[in-house]
Amino acid sequence: MKYLDEYRDPVLARKLLDEIHRITTRPWTLMEVCGGQTHTIVKQGIDELLPPGVRMIHGPGCPVCVTPLEQVDKALAIAARPDVIFTSYGDMLRVPGSTTDLLSLKARGADVRIVYSPLDAVRIAAANRDRQVVFFAVGFETTAPANAMAVWQAAQLGLDNFSVLVSHVLVPPAMIALLESPSNQVQAFLAAGHVCAVMGWTEYEPIAARYHVPIVVTGFEPLDLLEGILIAIRQLEAGRAEVENQYVRAVRREGNRLAQETVFRVFEIGRRTWRGIGEIPASGYHLKPAFARFDAETKFAVEGIRTREHPACIAGAILTGEKTPLDCTAYGVLCSPQQPLGAPMVSAEGTCAAFFAAGRGIGAPARPLEIRPLEIRPLEIAPSPAGAAEGTR
Amino acid sequence: MCLGIPGRVIEIRDEAGLRMGRVDFGGVRKEACLSYVPEVELGDYVIVHVGFAISRVDEAEALRTLELLSRMGDLVQQELATMGPGMIAPAIVDDPGPGPDLPADGSGGPDR
Repeated sequence: MKYLDEYRDPVLARKLLDEIHRITTRPWTLMEVCGGQTHTIVKQGIDELLPPGVRMIHGPGCPVCVTPLEQVDKALAIAARPDVIFTSYGDMLRVPGSTTDLLSLKARGADVRIVYSPLDAVRIAAANRDRQVVFFAVGFETTAPANAMAVWQAAQLGLDNFSVLVSHVLVPPAMIALLESPSNQVQAFLAAGHVCAVMGWTEYEPIAARYHVPIVVTGFEPLDLLEGILIAIRQLEAGRAEVENQYVRAVRREGNRLAQETVFRVFEIGRRTWRGIGEIPASGYHLKPAFARFDAETKFAVEGIRTREHPACIAGAILTGEKTPLDCTAYGVLCSPQQPLGAPMVSAEGTCAAFFAAGRGIGAPARPLEIRPLEIRPLEIAPSPAGAAEGTR
Repeated sequence: MCLGIPGRVIEIRDEAGLRMGRVDFGGVRKEACLSYVPEVELGDYVIVHVGFAISRVDEAEALRTLELLSRMGDLVQQELATMGPGMIAPAIVDDPGPGPDLPADGSGGPDR
């Protein structure tokens, strides 16, 4: 597939790795922010091919993983109502709440539907005016333009049976929270390329300057990641701390202005609680007062729900990079993708699930030390039955 | 939901005030909203996230990146070659030596 296969070329990957080894003189600790990047790094074993002492910490950039338990419990409370069609990205369905998950609720008869695009949820609302249609609006800056457009469209269409359960988070405040932490080990960031495709990278410039930390806007294919790592180490070795763009083919400095306009027409910035990290001020989106009628939390009176995490789960320490899944007593024993305790095991982009899928620490055969071509994943966007809005993500 | 995938725009139309289209991902075709990429034309590549194109893939930049990457090994070899003799190991191990078409005076030999 064009723009995927080329960026998985093992010969080019070898060249990049050689160059990384050639220029590295000291140990460095880098963090890739995005869960999609974590998935590729762990699956390809890129972190294991780096020079000794160069460490990748897997960051908090998996929206499924950082959605707080109580938002999941609110989703469950809403989805259990007989008058509700609950719609969600596929990733959220298996996230365990305190007592159950959306998929189990669906098996017990709740009308829970997977949508690929939030516009599908709007279509479902337009076609079912006698039912309440709720969309679980989670994600980082990447899904915000889509989720905002869904709310905007519902307003344009005058739909009073559509609402959203918002759990939107932002990358830069989480990076600052990590850098401010006394136990911070991160010396350079690979910023999430698609977040920057939407938002640009101007908001990262003051972070790079203030904390003297290189930030490299990086894509998602193995070659992108290797080049991002190379650029970051080049800066570290030279004592520079700038924002650089590896993902030139998709990201412009100013980002996507039209997408930003729609986001800020519908959302405003406010505090958000991150699963495993806690509350971070000004770290997420909330509906603006003009769109308050689309807020599912008030519509279904679930604002009061408060819940706590499973005691064995160390998701917080994993999300901040203080620990790896191999430090967790529950990993692979009490906790697996089939029976996840915490969110990083649920999403394919979560650190625990990525480790598990790669067989790390669970007695899987050793992987040969080479960059293997990825199998392409078009299966995830399988064609949907007409109008049914089925998809896997 | 946070993986964006590059695909080629194969259809553009207007639907309820939105710029919609179909995007081909290596044979799998999906609906996508193109409202955020008004500059995109048929045949362009876009990155699609949860049914929305968020960015046009700059073909020239994509090719340039690949070209730079594929030249990188040569740059490394060149740099090593400029370090000259005196190193513990030879800079270029697999030097094939002068070929039959070299000038008789030996210029363009191993140190080229």
